[in-house]
Amino acid sequence: MTEPIIKFDKVVKRFDSFVVLDELDFEVRPGEKVTIIGPSGSGKSTVLRVLMTLEPISEGVVYVDGDTLWHEKDANGRLRPAGEGHLRRMREKLGMVFQQFNLFPHMTVRRNITEAPTQVLGIPRAEARERADDLLDMVGLREHADKYPHQLSGGQQQRVGIARALAMRPKIMLFDEPTSALDPELVGEVLNVIRRLAEEHDLTMLLVTHEMNFAQQISDRVCFFDRGKVLEQAPPEELFTDPKQERTRAFLKAVLESN
Amino acid sequence: MLFGIAWDTSSGWAFAISILPILLRGLVVTIQATVVGFFIALVVGLVWAALKAAPLRIVSWPAAIVTEFLRDTPLLIQLFFLYYVLPEYGIVLPAFMTGALALGLQYSAYTSEVYRAGIEAVPRGQHEAARALNLKGMRTFTHIVLPQAVPRIIPAMGNYLVSIMKDVPLLSVVTVLEMLNVARIIGDRTFNYLIPLSMVGGIYLIMTLIASAGVRFLDMRLPKRGIPLK
Repeated sequence: MTEPIIKFDKVVKRFDSFVVLDELDFEVRPGEKVTIIGPSGSGKSTVLRVLMTLEPISEGVVYVDGDTLWHEKDANGRLRPAGEGHLRRMREKLGMVFQQFNLFPHMTVRRNITEAPTQVLGIPRAEARERADDLLDMVGLREHADKYPHQLSGGQQQRVGIARALAMRPKIMLFDEPTSALDPELVGEVLNVIRRLAEEHDLTMLLVTHEMNFAQQISDRVCFFDRGKVLEQAPPEELFTDPKQERTRAFLKAVLESN
Repeated sequence: MLFGIAWDTSSGWAFAISILPILLRGLVVTIQATVVGFFIALVVGLVWAALKAAPLRIVSWPAAIVTEFLRDTPLLIQLFFLYYVLPEYGIVLPAFMTGALALGLQYSAYTSEVYRAGIEAVPRGQHEAARALNLKGMRTFTHIVLPQAVPRIIPAMGNYLVSIMKDVPLLSVVTVLEMLNVARIIGDRTFNYLIPLSMVGGIYLIMTLIASAGVRFLDMRLPKRGIPLK
């Protein structure tokens, strides 16, 4: 069994007195595609936001790719809160796709994708443009490279969001409800891109979604989060057809009925 | 006679026409003071805004205190302070620069609030995307946040431009020969205040209308590129 690429060790996340992650233990192996489902407020998005260093943790330790994410070792080998330098190095391993896309509205599609590679990785502009165009080919938007985000549909914007995250060559991709803000007819095109990514790359993928069918198709494992903990996890065929926990059953029933 | 230009007091109209070129000399100074003051307000205000937005309190608090002080004390006091007190410490500026600096500094406190509002209106998701892409804080501010904030703040900045122009006459108390001061001198010498002061009022009205139209034009022309303007 390989070492996990992501490991949450008794992680607690509090907002004031509200406990979002409750001594969470959670692991993901390299290359694994894991879907997180659960009711709102169960902490599923927080897991992604903690990994992307958008949300600091209150207690516990998070490991990413063999290193501590929110801590670094001092001279005596003791863990202390990580400085910005350490966080920047760790962030390079991760890419994130947001529910609201969060494209930069004042930049063209291509510039959205080249901005970070040129500024952060120091890739020459011409090379970055070439890579951006390759990525746009992959998400089927090459001809829209010179447009601005507001000229695109939501589905197209989200595909740009995926290309932008991939341009930083992360080892781990985080998808935070990538289709929740889309009109129903636009969901498919985004899911197809994610599906191809899952099938063709050895990326580690962590996905929060309400698209149960999609989760079933692409995931190696589905985790049901409840009250800041993993209540139940299993391969999709097992979790969706034969959930062990009453709360999982209730949640799946509610979601399937609303679809 | 002023600036080598003589006036003709034979009739009201002749007087008005003869002093117009003199008043326009003053207008040039008024415009210069407005432009320099506004430029200082724009640059220094942005610095205040950036400092006040800093995560470290030892940075943000002093900036907040200084801007509060600049905002809550009269411009005239700040002007006197720069003009009469600074020379005691060996800093002697020409009257015009003193005046423009005082205007710029006081208005920098106002513009910093405009910047702040514009910056805070940029959605949190933009900061998060920049962070996720590992962009540095400074790069995020100059290339992600500011370009989205600027189109939002142009109307408010335009109001302050007009406001600065209307405050320039205060500079007359430190001997700057701006338009109102010129008109007053003409009045003192001819005992006719009605015509020069009315003309100054009229010229001000025209200038303000032009400036407002210019700001509206800029606001319409500036590409918004899907930036939500609320």
